Amino acid sequence: MKRIYAFLLALALGLALPLAASAQGTLEVTEEISVSADYDWTRFAGQGVTLNVYNWGEYISNGSDDSVDVVAAFEKLTGIEVNYTTFDSNESMYAKLKSGAASYDIVIPSDYMVAKMIAEDMLLPLNYDNIPNFQQINEEYHNPDYDPDNAYTVPYMLCTTGIIYNTTMVEQAPTCWADLWDEQYAGNILMFNNSRDAYAIGAFKMGKSINPATTAEVDEVVEELKAQKPLVQAYVMDEIFDKMIGGEAAIGVYYSGDAITMIDDNPDLAWVFPEEGSVLSVDCMCIPATSTQQEAAEMFINFMCEVDVGAANAEYIGYTTPMDAVWEVLDEELKYSEIAYPSEEIAAKEQVFTALSDEVNSELDMKWSEMKSYNEGGSGYLFLLLLLAMLALACFNIWRKVRRKNRNMY
Amino acid sequence: MKIYDKKLAYPYFVWMALFTVIPLLIVVYYALTDGEGNFTLDNLLAISGYGSVFARSLLLALIATVICLILAFPVGYFLSRLRVNKQHIMLMLVMLPMWMNFLLRTYAWMGLLSVNGPVNAVLGFFNLGPFNMLNTSGAVVLGMVYNYLPYMILPLYTSMTKIDPSLVEAAQDLGANTTKTLFRVLIPMSVPGICTGITMVFVPAVSTFVISRMLGGGSNLLIGDLIEMQFLGNSYNLNTGSAMSLVLMIIVLVCMSFTSSFDENEMEGVS
Repeated sequence: MKRIYAFLLALALGLALPLAASAQGTLEVTEEISVSADYDWTRFAGQGVTLNVYNWGEYISNGSDDSVDVVAAFEKLTGIEVNYTTFDSNESMYAKLKSGAASYDIVIPSDYMVAKMIAEDMLLPLNYDNIPNFQQINEEYHNPDYDPDNAYTVPYMLCTTGIIYNTTMVEQAPTCWADLWDEQYAGNILMFNNSRDAYAIGAFKMGKSINPATTAEVDEVVEELKAQKPLVQAYVMDEIFDKMIGGEAAIGVYYSGDAITMIDDNPDLAWVFPEEGSVLSVDCMCIPATSTQQEAAEMFINFMCEVDVGAANAEYIGYTTPMDAVWEVLDEELKYSEIAYPSEEIAAKEQVFTALSDEVNSELDMKWSEMKSYNEGGSGYLFLLLLLAMLALACFNIWRKVRRKNRNMY
Repeated sequence: MKIYDKKLAYPYFVWMALFTVIPLLIVVYYALTDGEGNFTLDNLLAISGYGSVFARSLLLALIATVICLILAFPVGYFLSRLRVNKQHIMLMLVMLPMWMNFLLRTYAWMGLLSVNGPVNAVLGFFNLGPFNMLNTSGAVVLGMVYNYLPYMILPLYTSMTKIDPSLVEAAQDLGANTTKTLFRVLIPMSVPGICTGITMVFVPAVSTFVISRMLGGGSNLLIGDLIEMQFLGNSYNLNTGSAMSLVLMIIVLVCMSFTSSFDENEMEGVS
């Protein structure tokens, strides 16, 4: 009997040794991507598991332009099928999840949306034992304001807002948000067409918090944005690419990652981090409460935090990675880019969005649309007039019909 | 089965019930309730704050409709008087822009109208401009006219093909001049087409949001933008959004009832 035990022990040791050896090693998936071998990647293989991933558009290395196809590599490694779809704003993602029209296993919303979704119990707490690569995320991004106990999220990419300007069209380079109120750039300014980001600019200029606590605060800041309106050429989102690259406007505000793309296309453009500070937004990988594949989804998140995968994504989309290990292996050009990886001094002034209360949120939306539709004064009575005109029209109509009926009687 | 058997239309009735009637009822339900499902009129009252947006939408849509009508009337008449094989070619030319995606066409106008765009380049050749054409109400109206013009031409053309050319000749023989022929013969006889055309241009124009965002620079807010903002904006307010849609529908309905009654009236005079 003892001999059998000894044999089993020897067998176990014999098996365990090479496993332990490969723990330090890596597993090659494709030419470009190798992942840590110390993880059971294949436990869902052959079970017909499908993961629904919902991400921002153009926000993953997808195989185009000679990049690495990250999703295909994941499928090859794990045998899990990925159904990858994209959204264009946090709000549309939220509306889709809220309506219950579709079920996703992984979503990648931004910080303030994460906070809102946590508050509404829309996310599952993660089991970080299944995501050992979480340790690779820089310490400074652990326990963020939007997820104080770090129970629901793993950061994916970061970006900051700032000013992009055309060096040939401005006499002095802008240095702060307040320059966006400067008369000399009248008609040449592009603003965010998104209440939250635009609000942050006004708040920075006035030295207020970018996360208003009261409706009075909102009113005050939006008033400032209203004062800026005559100088603004247009309120834009992705249209800014064409406008800035084509030299249509002198100054615009946008996200750092996209600024790198614009500057690549038009070398006259330059970027500046405004003195007052800027918004750091963190897009996070989370699992919606409706997901039925939590463990597989955690495997996907872990895969996205592999150094090779993170590097492929950071190279492709140009956003900032939250992992030092990834930063180490980036191209020299991106690695030392002041735009993607700003200095400590600038980073210290960055602020993040948190969720606003419902009351403040609706006030913000209300004031924002009021600000945007304000230019012809006199709004209230115009509506009444309109209703009266409608009523008059309807009455006239009825009168005509009655008259005709009477006429037909004869 | 007889060809006019009512049963043949049942599939469409089911379709309409599922995708038109029920969604409409849902809109009405949301418009009249608050977040907890209690009855309230607050949503509708809150809209009065957006009066200027409603007024602007109606005004711009009205201007676009009138311009479309003025542009389309001669085209429709010209088309209907052509030889049949030529009519097909010309009709295809009218429809040609519609083969391309709506968004793409609007996006193209954004490039055309920009300060460094081709239109200003041509004007600059004659020492004019550059003009600031983009991001104005005028650009929004242009976008509406451009996108919806075919919807005005087609019904006008269809109703005008039914006008017998001898009627025009008869009017002229009886001493009516061109203006008189136009107002006493042509226009009254094409009223059904005019009414359909107005509906098909006005309704989409009043509720558009892409055109105003791209060509209006985001500051010429229309009702469509406002509604979109309620659903995809940062407060996700289904109730206000539904209330706005409801008001928009009522406004459109009132406008339409006006044109349709006009239609009946005038048709009586003709037939």
